[in-house]
Amino acid sequence: MRDWLIYRTFWDLTVTGVALGSIYALVALGYTLVYGVLRLINFAHSEIFMIGTFASLITATNVLGLPMLEAGKYPYRTGFQLILILVACLVGSMVLSGAGAVALERAAYRPLRGSGDQFGAVVLAFVTAFVVGLIFFNTPKSNLLFGIIGTGPIAWMYLSLFRRGRQAPRLAFLISAIGASTAITEAVAIWGPRDREQYQTPRVLEKKTLFKLFGTDIRIDYVIVIVGALLMMTALLLFVNRTRLGRGVRAVAQDVETAKILGVNVDFVILVTFLLGGVMAGGAAMMFTLVYDQTKFNIGFLLGVKSFTAAVLGGIGNLRGALLGGMVLGLSENYGSALFGGQWKDVIAFVLLLVVLMFRPTGLLGESLAKARV
Amino acid sequence: MKKSTLLRVGAIAVSFAFVTAACGSDNDSSSSDTVVTADTAAAAGVTCNSVSIAFFGALSGDAGNLGKNIRAGADLAVSEFNTANPGCQVGLVDFDSQGDPAQAPALAQKAIADKSILGIVGPAFSGESKAADPLFDAAGLALITPSATNEALNDNNWKVFHRALAGDDKQGPGIATYISKTLAAAKVGVIDDASEYGKGLADIVKTTLGAAVVASDSIDPKAADFSAAVSKMKAAAPDAIFYGGYYAEAGKLAKQLRDAGVTATLVFGDGVKDQGYIDAAGPAADGSIITCTCADGASNAEFAAAYTAKFPGETPQTYGAEAYDAAKAFLAAIAAGKTDRAGVLEFLGTYDAAGVTKQIKWDATGEVAGNAVYAYKVDAGKIVSLGLIK
Repeated sequence: MRDWLIYRTFWDLTVTGVALGSIYALVALGYTLVYGVLRLINFAHSEIFMIGTFASLITATNVLGLPMLEAGKYPYRTGFQLILILVACLVGSMVLSGAGAVALERAAYRPLRGSGDQFGAVVLAFVTAFVVGLIFFNTPKSNLLFGIIGTGPIAWMYLSLFRRGRQAPRLAFLISAIGASTAITEAVAIWGPRDREQYQTPRVLEKKTLFKLFGTDIRIDYVIVIVGALLMMTALLLFVNRTRLGRGVRAVAQDVETAKILGVNVDFVILVTFLLGGVMAGGAAMMFTLVYDQTKFNIGFLLGVKSFTAAVLGGIGNLRGALLGGMVLGLSENYGSALFGGQWKDVIAFVLLLVVLMFRPTGLLGESLAKARV
Repeated sequence: MKKSTLLRVGAIAVSFAFVTAACGSDNDSSSSDTVVTADTAAAAGVTCNSVSIAFFGALSGDAGNLGKNIRAGADLAVSEFNTANPGCQVGLVDFDSQGDPAQAPALAQKAIADKSILGIVGPAFSGESKAADPLFDAAGLALITPSATNEALNDNNWKVFHRALAGDDKQGPGIATYISKTLAAAKVGVIDDASEYGKGLADIVKTTLGAAVVASDSIDPKAADFSAAVSKMKAAAPDAIFYGGYYAEAGKLAKQLRDAGVTATLVFGDGVKDQGYIDAAGPAADGSIITCTCADGASNAEFAAAYTAKFPGETPQTYGAEAYDAAKAFLAAIAAGKTDRAGVLEFLGTYDAAGVTKQIKWDATGEVAGNAVYAYKVDAGKIVSLGLIK
């Protein structure tokens, strides 16, 4: 019974696998870029994706005022209006995810590199004061007030600590990443209007079948995801390979000290790297809500783990590797769960990773952001 | 020397801060609901001192609505009791497990440690029941679950286990009957969420339907994408698809099935009987069949009126009436002067009273008498009752 099902679902699985793989790939780019430049696994990147999905939701409902349902039906839009809504959601996701990634870098990583600035100090001071406030008060208002009052002196203290300019050990970055990830998810879970439940996003795109390929319906949302992801990746490759700033990114990835001597503003380059990763995750987030119409405070967790796997699979630090890794993972998950049953989906993904790493320890395409050819 | 003293003082201060913080949040979570007072105006009714019952289940998380329904039913029973007995104010303590079996044991220990608690309304789900019930059994703390229907739960010889509704060994065949007789489906697809409850129920449905099952799969409820299972169902083209799991994933699954062009009638078990399913699935939910061994609480006029009086603008939801019956049984024990856990447990063994949902009387394994399975249908964004499955 299994065999004929696999045969008949093969192309179906291929299309959905490539679409999901595209989303993995876009998120994987964020892991790979940061790893290439900082040799840091940014575990909070999954939360940047999550912020993007919420940005898309807020843009659609709060800014554009779209309802969840219109007279018991989905609020479908067509033509120019539809394109406008999709572009607005994409821009909203990219801006908020990008800003989130930049803020994360300034507050959670930069102080550890020994070059913390006022922004990082203020954010960290506020969080510290807020958490200390939790010990003494239990109303949100008094907590917030205590947080704001406490920010001043604590920020001053942090700043004087930052001035010492000491670089923290490598492990500290990892802990900081995990901490930031937990803090962001819990903040959304606690303060979001629906607590830990899932949120629906309005469905504006009617998921029509565009054409048939090998007897399989090709839906418009999958086409948008695949084409959109390819466009974004091409743009990123062009940016890194062809622009002055992109050259800076490659230079820092190759050798930080030399890049510094040659006049590259390393802190700025790192900021740009986080921004690029954030924007890619934002794009992925908008496409994710387009296909699945939902999000949740921990939506990034599983997807983040998978995307990180995709990045390692393709060769972490390698932009094309992220693309290939994402596709391979998306497809093998789909084929695997059809072959062995859905409960084996994650097992298949990680066995694949192990096998690839056994034969090619640096991933399918090798770690090569540092090389001139990306 | 001086430095180490300073360190030690610092360490003590920090640990003290943590302890006070922990205690602070602890009180915070329970004090709002626990009204354990030795009321001075003991005028009428029973008198008692410092007794409470507990709610155990998900109040937040993906299936949080189901827990809130249960808590509301228990809350109604407790406040009715407290109004009638000024001399005996029974508290209701919440234990929010988020439906997570991993969190259940620690919460169960917490409940066991609170000596004022004489009975547990819950644990709500089968997975957490499996994790927490052995602890309750060891502590001799009686429990009545208004919703955990997994068939295997009563195989463990837990003395404290009671169920306020029929288990999945009754529900599963009921679902199979509905699919094969009422829906007259020749080809059936079965999907489960690999949970204690979902897989258990799906397996019973599968076995009962036999050769009619043409495709089956499991999904990972934490994932967003179910395309492998959806593709399989699409290729097998069944007339009906049964999904064993909870409402949040059912919503996502229904949507993805309909998007892929699958037109089969969707059939679900009691874990999906919540408005949250319709919120998640939108128009894709229309026409879905949901079964439950739970009665339609709203159809009992007296209970529904009391419920709406207590929670203005709301009607009793899934498991609310069962929770009310469960809490009533504990309150009857307290009214009968049972003020220790052993006494309450013993009392439940002989309890036989008319509840809102049915005659409440337990056999030796803790199963309630009767095996009614009800069918419901999603019609224009609302869950409407179709009555008993025959």
